[in-house]
Amino acid sequence: MINQLFPNVKWDKMWDATYETIYMTGISTIATFVLGLAIGILLFLTSPHQLWANKLSNFIIGAFVNVFRSIPFIILIILLIPFTKFLLGTIRGTNAALPALIIGAAPFYARMVLIALREIDKGVIEAAKSMGAKTSTIIWKVLIPESMPALLSGITVTAVALVGYTAMAGTIGAGGLGNLAFIDGFQRSRDDVTLMATIIILVIVFIIQFIGDFITSKIDKR
Amino acid sequence: MIELQNISKLYNTKNGEITAVNDVSLTIHQGEIFGIIGYSGAGKSTMIRLLNGLEKPSSGKVLVNGQEISSISGGKLRAARRKISMIFQHFNLLWSRTVEENIAFPLEIAGVKKEERAKKVKELIDLVGLTGREKSYPSQLSGGQKQRVGIARALANNPEVLLCDEATSALDPETTDQILDLLLDINKRLGLTIVLITHEMHVIRKICHRVAVMEAGSVVEQGEVLRVFQNPQAPITKKFVMQVSGSKESKDSIEQILKAYPTGTIVKLSFVGNKSEQPIIAQLIKEFNVDVNIVHGNISQTANGPYGTLIVQIDGDKQNIENALRHLDSLEIQAEVIELD
Repeated sequence: MINQLFPNVKWDKMWDATYETIYMTGISTIATFVLGLAIGILLFLTSPHQLWANKLSNFIIGAFVNVFRSIPFIILIILLIPFTKFLLGTIRGTNAALPALIIGAAPFYARMVLIALREIDKGVIEAAKSMGAKTSTIIWKVLIPESMPALLSGITVTAVALVGYTAMAGTIGAGGLGNLAFIDGFQRSRDDVTLMATIIILVIVFIIQFIGDFITSKIDKR
Repeated sequence: MIELQNISKLYNTKNGEITAVNDVSLTIHQGEIFGIIGYSGAGKSTMIRLLNGLEKPSSGKVLVNGQEISSISGGKLRAARRKISMIFQHFNLLWSRTVEENIAFPLEIAGVKKEERAKKVKELIDLVGLTGREKSYPSQLSGGQKQRVGIARALANNPEVLLCDEATSALDPETTDQILDLLLDINKRLGLTIVLITHEMHVIRKICHRVAVMEAGSVVEQGEVLRVFQNPQAPITKKFVMQVSGSKESKDSIEQILKAYPTGTIVKLSFVGNKSEQPIIAQLIKEFNVDVNIVHGNISQTANGPYGTLIVQIDGDKQNIENALRHLDSLEIQAEVIELD
């Protein structure tokens, strides 16, 4: 039945591509979470009236974030080709997509981190200061735990965006479902391959969203 | 214990310089409960934050326990803050932590070992009366319970000073009284110096030994609570005292009784301490042959003893009234003849 509906789909190829998409999304989501969190926290701490309030640093970090957030992803991949080649020695394959995915998503996520941190009650930070907490303690024990639900729903949105980015990265040779849909599906006019790849991408997105929502609601004790 | 010497605090804003605190000098003694009262914008929030270095004075010195808070920073200031803890109007608990984890937080900051933390947390939970709620999250607690967590958290590192930033302003009157009782109890039991800021005279009356009244960045009046109540000097202090002595209500009742009894004299009697327990009214009626009508009465308990006002209408023979008034003067009771304007 399924083979009749999708006559041209080669399932082993489809599963390989699915694995590649999950691999790229997974690794880049984790790296984006760490990098975006770090940039977001820096952006927050250097903003006015905060612990490391500093106009210049804040401006530089903010400008960096805005520049990388504004470059369309497909162009960013091309711009980063020399960097990727230098880093990994190749521009093909799933790993070669990772630098562009992370650099494209981290600034986007950093903005979400900033918004999440701004939502924290100022009084709570003041209370921690009044107890004699160091800045590192405030970061690890106040800022991150107190904004965790927003940080998680932000990373969920970012992961979904990253699934889309991997598909774009696929068109220039990174592999994955995007690559399969473009090369095997579009260029050879096999619509059923494109459709199947799309369906699997949708399923991946739904699963990410479901897991994200589930964990967020579990840890939110407000 | 705490000394403020010629403290001023200026803020630069877009609309120019604002003086939040203007040349304030105060001394707060070991073990006392000191209240600072003022309307919002009077500079009291800034004042209390100067005491733990959350704000630095533009000029002047802040000494707490022999340490100059206004000049230290970094690790020294953090160490000092562990001994000067603070509770807040909006409690400022971490919602992501349970009651016991919230109370353990300052202990974690101080680097106390896990087993010791658990022991101390248990002690504190018993002290503030939250036994059984250890595993609850702040969102599952009432306002009063949240403030109890705040107090337990503030006491975790055995502080010498407790700063209360409008600690009862977000609570209903009954819960306010419970929290004030708890603070009074802690003050007596642990000998803790408490500094509180508030806009409610009720709070000052109930637990403070001494009070400073702030207006527009300056301390306009300070002294023993009982004395300030009995004999307020500054107009703003009189306003605050009116909050609790209910003088406004009595004005209405005086008008009413004047209509009902157009004769006689209206007298306001103020009592302090044990004199409020003497049978003065009975004496007047028996010895001076006058009629005494009680218009309005009110006794307030302060931390230094009771304080009361009584407004009476004295009627009868003119000579008898005069004798009665003279007798009241001789009793060291403040008697003031009130005429309606």
